[in-house]
Amino acid sequence: MSNEATAHDHHHDHKPPFFQRWFCSTNHKDIGTLYLAISMVAAIIGGLMSWYIRLELAEPGIQYIDDFQFYNVLVTAHGFIMVFFVVMPALIGGFGNWFVPLMIGAPDMAFPRMNNISFWLLVAGFILLLLSAVIGDGPGTGWTVYPPLSDSNFHPGPSVDFGILSLHVAGASSILGAINLIVTIFNMRAPGMTIHRMPLFVWAILITAFLLLLALPVLAGALTMLLTDRNFGTHFFDPGAGGDPVLWQHLFWFFGHPEVYIIIIPAFGIISQVISTFSQKPVFGYLGMAYAMSAIGVVGFVVWAHHMFTVGFDVDTRAYFTVATMVIAVPTGVKIFSWLATMWGGSIKMEVPMLYALAFIFLFVVGGVTGITLANASADLVFHDTYFVVAHFHYVMAIAAILGMFCGFFYWIGKMSGKQYPRGLAKLQFWVFFIGVNVLFFPQHFSGLAGMPRRIPDYPDPYVAWNYISSVGALITAVGTLLFFVVLWMTLRSKETVGANQWGVGATTLEWTVESPAPFHTHEELPDMTGKAPAE
Amino acid sequence: MSSASEKTHPFHMVEPSKWPFVGAVGAFVMACGGIYYMSEGSLVGFYAGLAIVLYTMFAWWKDVIKEANGGVDHTETVRHGLRIGMVLFIVSEVMFFFAFFWAYFGASIPMLSRATTGVWPPEGIVPLETWDLPFLNTLILLTSGATVTYAHHAIQLGDHKKCAMGLLLTVILGIIFTSTQAYEYAHATFTFDQDIYTSTFYLATGFHGFHVIVGTIFLAICYFRTLKGHFTPEQHIGFEAAAWYWHFVDVVWLFLFCAVYWWGSAGFVHS
Ligand code: HEM
Ligand SMILES: [Cu+2]
Repeated sequence: MSNEATAHDHHHDHKPPFFQRWFCSTNHKDIGTLYLAISMVAAIIGGLMSWYIRLELAEPGIQYIDDFQFYNVLVTAHGFIMVFFVVMPALIGGFGNWFVPLMIGAPDMAFPRMNNISFWLLVAGFILLLLSAVIGDGPGTGWTVYPPLSDSNFHPGPSVDFGILSLHVAGASSILGAINLIVTIFNMRAPGMTIHRMPLFVWAILITAFLLLLALPVLAGALTMLLTDRNFGTHFFDPGAGGDPVLWQHLFWFFGHPEVYIIIIPAFGIISQVISTFSQKPVFGYLGMAYAMSAIGVVGFVVWAHHMFTVGFDVDTRAYFTVATMVIAVPTGVKIFSWLATMWGGSIKMEVPMLYALAFIFLFVVGGVTGITLANASADLVFHDTYFVVAHFHYVMAIAAILGMFCGFFYWIGKMSGKQYPRGLAKLQFWVFFIGVNVLFFPQHFSGLAGMPRRIPDYPDPYVAWNYISSVGALITAVGTLLFFVVLWMTLRSKETVGANQWGVGATTLEWTVESPAPFHTHEELPDMTGKAPAE
Repeated sequence: MSSASEKTHPFHMVEPSKWPFVGAVGAFVMACGGIYYMSEGSLVGFYAGLAIVLYTMFAWWKDVIKEANGGVDHTETVRHGLRIGMVLFIVSEVMFFFAFFWAYFGASIPMLSRATTGVWPPEGIVPLETWDLPFLNTLILLTSGATVTYAHHAIQLGDHKKCAMGLLLTVILGIIFTSTQAYEYAHATFTFDQDIYTSTFYLATGFHGFHVIVGTIFLAICYFRTLKGHFTPEQHIGFEAAAWYWHFVDVVWLFLFCAVYWWGSAGFVHS
C-alpha cells in the first residue's frame, strides 16, 4: 500500500506561498494544523488562569486575588477557554480535519473554503472572549452565565456582551464545521467503505457533529435572548415581567449536556483506534461501539435537567431525569467493557499513546461513577455546587478529554510531522501529567463531600488539607504541561523520521497507507475498500 | 483548477481563497461594532463590519457561481454534498427557532414554568387580530410556496421563462409579506420591551421576518440567475437550496401563526 502512495504523491506536493497557505487555506491538513495551534495557545492562557486560581486556593484566606469579581472572571474565562477553545478545536477541528478525510479515503473536506471560515471565526470568537475578560469588570458569571447574575443589573458594562458574542461567533464556527464534517463523511467515503466499515474515530466525529448541529443553535437562541434582555429591554429571564430565569437554565443545559458529550465522544473515537492498534486486534464489538456512541448522543439530549435538580422541580420530573441520566451509563459501560475486551488476549504494545488510552479509561470510569452518584436527584441536592461536581466534571471532561488529546497527539504526530517523538521523555511527560491531575482533582471529591462550595476564593480551615494537596497537584500538572511543550519542540526538531505505518500490524486504517508526513494532497486516487473488513 | 484535468475523483478541490478570512474579520468588526452600539450608541463600526460581511458573501458566492457555471467542478457527487449541506443548515436553523418556541411556551403554559401567571395573553396586552392581517399573511406565504414550486417544475422542464415568472411572483409575495409584517409592527399596541408576551412575540416573529428577508434575497438572486440561463433541468442547486429555505421559512410561519397568533390570542389560558 505505502509504495503505491509514494508513487503518486510526489508531483502534488506544491504548497502555496505563506499568506495563501495559512490565511487562505483550503487544505484540510493545514487547517487542522491551525486548529491544533490555536488550541495550544488557548491551553496556555486557560492553564495560566487555572494555576492562578489554584495559587489563591492553596491556603485559606486571601493571598493574591483581593478583587473577588476578578476571581470569578478567572473561573469564567478558564471554563470557556478550555471548553470552546482548547478541547473542541483540538479534537474536532484539529484531529477531525486531519484524519476524517485521511481515514475515509477522501482527498479533502467537502467544503474547503467553509472549513477555513470555521477556523477564522473561531479565532474571532477567541479574541472576543479575551476582550470580554479585559474590558470593564469582566464576566464573573461562570461558564453557565445564569441570569440574573449575568443581566445588566449585576453585570453592567460590555463584558458579558463580549462573552455572548464570542459564543455566538464560535458557535457559528462550530455549526459550519459540523455541517462540513457530516457532508464529508456522508458523501466522500472511498468506494466500498460503507457506513458500517468506517473507523470508529470517524463514527465518533460524525456523532459529535450531529450533536453540535442540534445543540449549538439552542444556545445561540438563549444567548440572543440574554443579549436583548441586557440591551434592548426584553424580559425573557426577568420574573418581574413574566419572564423566567429558569428558562435560561433549561436552554443552557439543553445545549450544555450534549456539549459535554461533544467534548468526550471524539476522545472515545481516538481511544478506540489506539487500543485496537496497540492490542494488535480489531476493536471488540465494532457495531456495538458505534451504536453505543449513537445512543449516548441521542439520550444525551433528554437528560439536561440533572444540572438543575435544585431549582424546585416536582418529584416526577426529578425521578425522570435521574433515571434518564442513569440510562446513559449503559452504553457507556458497553464502551468501557469493549475496550477491555479488545485488549483481552491481544498482544499489547505499551507505546505512549497506549499509556494515555489506558489512563483515559481509568479516569473516565472514575468520572462516570461520580456522575452516577450525582444523577440521584435527592443526593444531588447536597452535592450540587460543591467541589464534588468540580471533581466529577474535571475527571470526565477536563482530564479524560485532555488525555484523549494527548493520546491522539502521540498516535498521529508521526503521521502529521513525519518525526518520531522522544520516547523516554514522552513517557515521563505522561507519568508527570497523569499523577499531577490525579493529585489535583482526586482530593476535590473529599472537599466537595465535606461541603466546600465551588467558585469561591476563600474557605474555612477544615478544607485546608485537601486544597493544599490539590494545589500541589496543580504544580505537578504544570510541570507535565511544560514537559509536553518540550516534547513537542523536540519532536519537531527531531532527526528521527517515521515510516508510513509507524505502528505495524495493528494500525489498519487508511491514514497509515500514505507516507509520513502525509503529503499536502492525499487520496487523489481513491482507495478501493470493497469487501474489506471494518477498519477497526 | 490546475489539477482539474488530471483529476480521477468526483470531488471539488477548491483553490485557496481570501474570502473566509476576510469574512471572519468582518464578523469580528461587526461584533465589536454591535457592542459599541449597545453601550455607546454609534452604529458606524457595526455597519462597517456588516459591509465587509456582505461584500464577502457577494464575492464568495460569485466564485461559487463561476465554479458552478464552469461545468467541471460541480459534479453530481459535489451537488449531492451541497444538498446535504443545505438540509443540515436548515436543521440547525430549526433548532434556533426551537429555543424561541421554548421561551414562548414556557411563558404561556402554566404547567411548564413557575413564572407564568396563568393568564395568556397577559393582562393589559391587546393581541393582534388573528383572522385579520396575520391570516392574510399566512395565505400570502402559502401561495408563495405554491409559486416557488411552480418555478421549480418549470426549471425541471427547462422552461426558463415560466421559471422566472414563478420566481418573480414568489419574490413579490415575499416582499408583500414583509411589508405587511412591518405594518403590523408599526400599528401594534405593544412594544418589544413591555413584558414576556411582547418579548417572545417580537423576537420569534422578528427572527422569522429576518429569515423571510434573507429568503427573498436568495430567491431574487435565483431570479436573475434564471434570466441569465444559469440553471438547467439537471443542475440548479442554487435554486433548490433557495426553494428549500423558502419552504422552511413557510413552515416556521405556520407554527408561529398557530401558536402565537391563533392559540396565543384566543385566551385559552386563564385561571
Ligand atoms: C455516566 C455519565 C455521566 C453522568 C451520569 C453525569 C451526571 C452529572 C450530573 C448529575 C451533574 C450535575 C451535578 C450538579 O451540578 O449538581 C453533572 C455535572 C457535570 N458533568 Fe456529568 N455526568 C456524566 C458524564 C459526563 C461527561 C462524559 C462529561 C464531560 C465530558 C460531563 C461533564 C459534566 C460537567 C461539565 C458538569 C458540570 C457543569 C457545571 O455545573 O458547570 N459529565 N454530571
Ligand atoms: Cu449533564
